[in-house]
Amino acid sequence: MILQINTDHQRFRKIVKGKIRDDLRKFLTRGELLGREGKKLISIPVKGIDTPHFRYGDNNDAGVGKGEGKPGDGVDGEGGVGPGGEGEGRHILEVDISLDELADILGEELKLPRIKPRGKHRITAERDRYTGIRQAGPESLRHFKRTFRRALRRQIMSGLYDPETPRIIFERRDKIYRSWRTVLSPQSNALIIYMMDVSGSMGDEQKELVRLEAFWIDAWLRRNYQGIESRYIVHDVRAGEVDRETFFRIREDGGTRISSAFRLAKDVIDRHYSPLDWNIYLFHFSDGDNSSESDSRECCALLREHLLPSLNLFGYCQVASAYGTGNFINVVHEQLRDLEAVITSRVNNKDDIYDSIKTFFSPGR
Amino acid sequence: MNRTLPREIAEQAEIIAEYARREGLDFYPTIFEMLSSEEMSQVAAYGGFPQRYPHWRFGMEYEKLRKQHRYGLGRIYEMVINNDPCYAYLLNDNMMVDHKTVIAHVYAHCDFFKNNYWFSRTNRRMIDEMANHATRVRRYMERHGVEKVERLIDTYLALDNLIDPHSVFMRREPDRTEVRRKREEQSKKPEKVETATRFPAKSYMDRYINPPERLAREREVEQQKEEKTRTSFPESPRRDVLGFLLKYAPLQDWEADVLSIIREEAYYFAPQGQTKILNEGWASYWHSTIMTRYVLSDAELIDYCEHHSGTLATSPGRLNPYKVGIELLRDVERRWNTGRYGPEYDACDDMQTRREWGKDREPKGRVVGKDSPGRQKIYEVRALYNDVTFLDEFLTPEFAEDQKLYHYRYDPSTGKMVVVNRDFDKIKQQMLFMLSNHAQPYIYVMDANYRNRGELYLAHKHIGADLDIKYAVATLKEVQRVWRRPCHLLARIDDEPILFTADGEKSTQQKVDDKTEPAANEFE
Repeated sequence: MILQINTDHQRFRKIVKGKIRDDLRKFLTRGELLGREGKKLISIPVKGIDTPHFRYGDNNDAGVGKGEGKPGDGVDGEGGVGPGGEGEGRHILEVDISLDELADILGEELKLPRIKPRGKHRITAERDRYTGIRQAGPESLRHFKRTFRRALRRQIMSGLYDPETPRIIFERRDKIYRSWRTVLSPQSNALIIYMMDVSGSMGDEQKELVRLEAFWIDAWLRRNYQGIESRYIVHDVRAGEVDRETFFRIREDGGTRISSAFRLAKDVIDRHYSPLDWNIYLFHFSDGDNSSESDSRECCALLREHLLPSLNLFGYCQVASAYGTGNFINVVHEQLRDLEAVITSRVNNKDDIYDSIKTFFSPGR
Repeated sequence: MNRTLPREIAEQAEIIAEYARREGLDFYPTIFEMLSSEEMSQVAAYGGFPQRYPHWRFGMEYEKLRKQHRYGLGRIYEMVINNDPCYAYLLNDNMMVDHKTVIAHVYAHCDFFKNNYWFSRTNRRMIDEMANHATRVRRYMERHGVEKVERLIDTYLALDNLIDPHSVFMRREPDRTEVRRKREEQSKKPEKVETATRFPAKSYMDRYINPPERLAREREVEQQKEEKTRTSFPESPRRDVLGFLLKYAPLQDWEADVLSIIREEAYYFAPQGQTKILNEGWASYWHSTIMTRYVLSDAELIDYCEHHSGTLATSPGRLNPYKVGIELLRDVERRWNTGRYGPEYDACDDMQTRREWGKDREPKGRVVGKDSPGRQKIYEVRALYNDVTFLDEFLTPEFAEDQKLYHYRYDPSTGKMVVVNRDFDKIKQQMLFMLSNHAQPYIYVMDANYRNRGELYLAHKHIGADLDIKYAVATLKEVQRVWRRPCHLLARIDDEPILFTADGEKSTQQKVDDKTEPAANEFE
């Protein structure tokens, strides 16, 4: 019986995932998820998973209740004689799903390949695993169940056990302790550097798009790597490193010099993240309005000579803005056309996020 | 899993069974099993049965129950299966006093299953039958693929409320061949019987008393009617849509078998839906009687009270079937013990007199105990009534007042539910409406050869509430998947007759002139 419910439960989960997949494009644009990252499970409202029935409509809602109240007073609660729990029909099912599962659905639906860490990035880490048991050890690691079982067995065998007063007394020889083994596990680390142009032309709407896109990039990369570090860089004419909160909130004014951000990114990588140990992803979000052509050229030079050799991917995402001329994407196209690790996408509205993520990750780097 | 009942609980079950029998309860042998809350969620997902046919819906139910339990939103104290023997489950982390209460409650349910008229036709070997269904469906899944069979079950489940719970008590309807044979017999008869009404009259007056034009007109109407019955099929509206589809839809053998499984289970569960208030009321009446009179130890009193009042708790704006049921049964018991019934009492419309009724009579006040007229009366109620007849007959204005019942309605201007009034007739009408047909709309098969094209024509009998349009469209599509020809549904929406159509590709709806709804008390 236990097995049967598992089968039915898995079938149900599969159907739920199918429903989520059907709605994925809409789903990616929902802001409410953003707050939930970090927590393991996400509750997702899933519509239309029940079988339909002929039933009465909403406009007849009336019933009999019980309690105080004069005519005209509001009724608390749901109400109704709705016999036998049948009255509950109108809710939407909430299903718990992990961010990893969601990222898998995203991957399957966007037909994204699992990202394979490049050979040189493979390092090993030592981890302790509590898999063995021992006769000796610290009390804090005592395996209670096994100890109890041994004591019980000993007492029964020696005739000391009395079912009427089932008292178990441990002796030294009963005690069993957990012990650990050191295992070497391959570990793949990844660094994501998010860079954003925060000049005046990047408004709240633009930032919301960036936020959503960054969230899903994060989710997808986290699914593929065990260790992820994220760094955030904002820039106008100067660049500075900020924390995640600030990254999405800050608003500056004035001109734009994209190269400042690239320089800072290079600095961060050089100082903390050896490309031998890290898979590095660099994303830049901007409305594409750089202050000068020469700076744009400098950006490309920086990328080609200093950054790209150590990157898995440079993703440039150009967000539509009412003020920007949006030329930077063209410069990148012209100058870095020959480089595989450079991928660009345009996001004009929320619906484009789906395609943008697909563009970034389809090559599977 | 370890389901053996600990000895002390088994002993208590025996003791309680003895008290229950002494009080007159008559139940099937009852087997108690002990489950963990996790196991309880599993069994509950299958409606209490250890085995059901495989379907994702049970997995969904399981997820809901497990989550409810984890978040402390609900706890399944008790579950009983209507079967001979009855099976009941106890939750292993409950206290002894909870076990005792549940056991008493369970015996009353078993007594109800065994003795209530509406359960008289249910399969008492349902556990075996369910296991049998599971085997059959699994076999079809192996042969035709899981997804295909599951999709088919989805379709059938959309229709599983389209049964006629009363039909099991009716004479079997003749099938199509029998009808045809009868008709042929009739047509062989040499002369046509005069059908128009002829009043007796002397020959010279006949022309005036039975004017030929009238006779001709009447004959024509008769003929049309007969013509209609001859060509229309079914002859009269059918409420057991599921049964109709099973018989006449173009199904392969295995598809028909799966449908028959869904239908059988729908009929098995129907009486439980029809008697929710009465059955829970009955069980609550008995657990409280047995506990307080015999079983409860002093130390358990507080915990018992907490459990009992939890079961009967009402929140504002909700009616708890346990509470309504037990209070109404107690009211009936009290009334019959004090003589507050019969034509004289019913005719009395002075509230004061009614309240004082029977106070001066012998025996004084409430006569308790096995042989009191009140007790006998509620035993009769448990044997013969369902929720609709129970409330229809025994709900009194005094009761509604004592229980502070009110009628509420959705207020479109505020978007809230508001108390409308405490008018007894409205309250009663509303309660009966919500209970009739288990709060499901009445749908009939009107014509299975609509427009002479083998299309299926269904109609909703409007009894004061419109159908939900979105759901109606979705469900009609499922009907069409079974019937395979275009299907129609006539429903009154905002007082306009609307014909919904699903032809397998698209769904349409349009206003029509046709107002043929099934008559108010149409029977097959």
